Amino acid sequence: MTLIKTKHNRRSFLKVSSLAGGGMVLGFSWLAGCKPEGTAEAVEAIIMPDNWYDVNAFLKIGNNGVVTIMSPNPEIGQNVKTAMPMIVAEELDVDWKNVIVEQAGLNTESFSRQLAGGSQSIRQGWKSLRMAGATARRMLMEAAAKEWEVDVAELTTASGVITHEGSGRSIGYGEIASSAAGIEVPEEVELKDPKDFKIIGVPTKNVDGKKIATGQPLFGLDYQQEGMLIAMIEHPPAFGMTLKSMDAEAAKAMPGIVDIFTIDTYPEDVEKQWSDTSAFSELVAIVGNTTWEVLKAKKALKLEWEGKDAIENTSTIDQELEKRLLAAADDPARSRKDGDPEAAFRDAAQVIERTYSGPFLAHNTMEPMNFFAHVTADHAELVGPIQTPEFMRKTAAARLGLPEEKVSIMMTRMGGGFGRRLYGHFGIEAAAISQKINAPVKLIYTREDDMTQGTYRPTYKVTYRAALDADNNLIGFHVKGTGAPESPVFNNRFPAGTVDNYLAENNSRESNISTGAWRAPRSNFIAFAEQSFLDEVAEAAGKDPIDFRLGLFDRAISDPVGDSNDYDPERYAGVLKLVKEKAGWGQDKPGVHRGVSAYFCHNSYVAQVVDVVMEGDKPKIEKVWCAVDCGIVVNPEGALNQIEGGIVDGIGHALYSNMTFKDGKPEQNNFDKYRLIRHSEAPKEIEVFFVENGVDPTGLGEPSLPPVAAALANALARATGERLYSQPFVGTQQVLG
Amino acid sequence: MAIYNLKINGKTQEIDVAPDTPVLWVLRDHAKLTGTKYGCGIGQCGACTIHIDGTAMRSCSLPVSSVGDKAITTIEGLSEAGDHPLQEAWVEHDVPQCGYCQAGQIMNAASLLKNNPSPSDADIDAAMNGNICRCGTYLRIKSAIKTASQKMG
Repeated sequence: MTLIKTKHNRRSFLKVSSLAGGGMVLGFSWLAGCKPEGTAEAVEAIIMPDNWYDVNAFLKIGNNGVVTIMSPNPEIGQNVKTAMPMIVAEELDVDWKNVIVEQAGLNTESFSRQLAGGSQSIRQGWKSLRMAGATARRMLMEAAAKEWEVDVAELTTASGVITHEGSGRSIGYGEIASSAAGIEVPEEVELKDPKDFKIIGVPTKNVDGKKIATGQPLFGLDYQQEGMLIAMIEHPPAFGMTLKSMDAEAAKAMPGIVDIFTIDTYPEDVEKQWSDTSAFSELVAIVGNTTWEVLKAKKALKLEWEGKDAIENTSTIDQELEKRLLAAADDPARSRKDGDPEAAFRDAAQVIERTYSGPFLAHNTMEPMNFFAHVTADHAELVGPIQTPEFMRKTAAARLGLPEEKVSIMMTRMGGGFGRRLYGHFGIEAAAISQKINAPVKLIYTREDDMTQGTYRPTYKVTYRAALDADNNLIGFHVKGTGAPESPVFNNRFPAGTVDNYLAENNSRESNISTGAWRAPRSNFIAFAEQSFLDEVAEAAGKDPIDFRLGLFDRAISDPVGDSNDYDPERYAGVLKLVKEKAGWGQDKPGVHRGVSAYFCHNSYVAQVVDVVMEGDKPKIEKVWCAVDCGIVVNPEGALNQIEGGIVDGIGHALYSNMTFKDGKPEQNNFDKYRLIRHSEAPKEIEVFFVENGVDPTGLGEPSLPPVAAALANALARATGERLYSQPFVGTQQVLG
Repeated sequence: MAIYNLKINGKTQEIDVAPDTPVLWVLRDHAKLTGTKYGCGIGQCGACTIHIDGTAMRSCSLPVSSVGDKAITTIEGLSEAGDHPLQEAWVEHDVPQCGYCQAGQIMNAASLLKNNPSPSDADIDAAMNGNICRCGTYLRIKSAIKTASQKMG
């Protein structure tokens, strides 16, 4: 049994009140002040709320016993709308079938700290969600104890019913909820022993599954209001360009067109939030009655553009990044050095050096960017898919000249996020358009607008060097990263800590091609490079690739180098050992080529074995074996789905996807030119194995993606005899068709 | 503009639009049926899949003038109570992540099963390859199609 405090600095995380019509409402902080230990990944958590105590979620217990949990977290497909309420319901001790989950909007002062990013929702919510459920349960028990005049310690609960064994009395939560609303919030509550969990750990279906399968309007693009107009934008065709002139006369005269004008989304006097990444502030807005009419007018516009800034080419960026890999580190403070790497390389019997590269990538959420806005003289109503509603509200208020409390934001379900919907310029654009035409408007990006607007995954390059002594021991390791606009290197990640002589350094390059977080930022590339390289080093050392890695972890366990290593070597080795056992590593099957990889990011550990067969020059992925250590698995059904999706996503982007630029202009603007993985290219089978260790849960939205590209590359190297150094694998290299 | 009497999910609706308007936007903007999704506008992703006389079509690339008196079926009309075996299988296999592409996947799969009640894995791949799922739920989609196929068989 664990005790947890419900107060911090004398402020309570919880507030209680009675429910109109009978029952109780417990307000609590969804991501309350139980900041997870360790801050190494704080940056990846994107942004931490600065006030951890605000009540932003509600638990209602009606007098009929039905429990409603208002989930304020944006749902982007990571299934937190199911998993997080499961945690509350567990500690409340109710049956999951009596729980209703509702999405809350950012439209009152109460709902004020909401974000989705960095696979952090479950990790950060774990303690506060348990506390909320446990507190409500305790208050219900205290109310019952008072009514029956017995000691609360004599009461037990199960399935939403309180029982006093001594007297044989029992009462449902619904019947006592109104009385519980008058009980003072306890300062300390008991949490369940994980072995008593009845909901956590049970595969549970997505709460919106049926609505999705029947086409209910859930997404931003589905949102409609009476009298609503449709807006589209036209942005410059190239990064570095702005509008020179516009001839909209013919387009304005087309049927259904209300107006065509330019907007400056971010005038200089508007303070931008970090989430306001946008390459194009000045846009042409086309507003009309229906989508098709607006689309036709958009195509009829006569627009001239001019260069105002650097006009970039992928080929030039690539060349410059290669030069940076040879240049000195840009900032020694961003380096890590252990021992004497120069000496190690000088004395080495064998040095292996390889360079890896990855392209810009678009997010390509299936639902293109969109937002609804209705701005009047004294109020703005915004509705749509956004991962960072609070930042959008700040910027919208500044842009519209309204106080923040006059801007309401309602979040819809999101047709994919992958990081893209952290950057909410489209909401500000919709608001600016609505204000200008004084009407409710839904802004819709075409796929082309969406894919060419920017906010891409940065392009990366990294060079690895390994020094082996005459006995094939790894005595020196050097990694140097570059990218536009950031280097992918994490100085303190594996294999830092396993080698006496180690150097990690960076030298990155600016670009006006806008970039942002893309599912598992940096890890999504560096895992491919690092784990491909280690595979080759193991080969050069004449060692089995798993045994070679396990040897490194042994060193990090017994005698780690340095004290800032950003991983737990035992858990890391644990997933490798598990996948080795489950996949039957070492038992070769004719025609099947295997590759292995392991990576740690977003606080979870993943190891994978990929089995590939070649059909001509086309790889077919027979099976992916995947071992995961994410602590306690809250919802195994949703967890499996996330892991499978991450694997398919990682394989698809490694094999096929590429965003290139010529004269500042994206060369891919729709799915005929930008290749995404399809049904026939997905692995035939994915089998997932969880490490059972009772550790507090960590996220799963991202961790299965990074390692799989290397496991695939290592399998393909065995299949074809050619190592892969550059993504995408298909198209840029000759070995694969 | 021209007036079209469209048979949508068993009901006839009079809609006044330009002849080149894609059925996708007729459904979403005029009939207010938003289950059919916009994904690419060029017939590459399958999010907009509907049935014309029972056959899967990409509604984003289908002008309303070409429909005539053929029956349009959308995800909202695939079954009366949302209980088509595919819809049930989608829930049973917990297929969706973000969910945006799934209406198109289901409509495409329904057309597949109509023509081929017991598809092999290769048949499913071939029929479903035009429907992109960015979240990567392909394996679950395949399992759900097989479950529905067994139930319908």
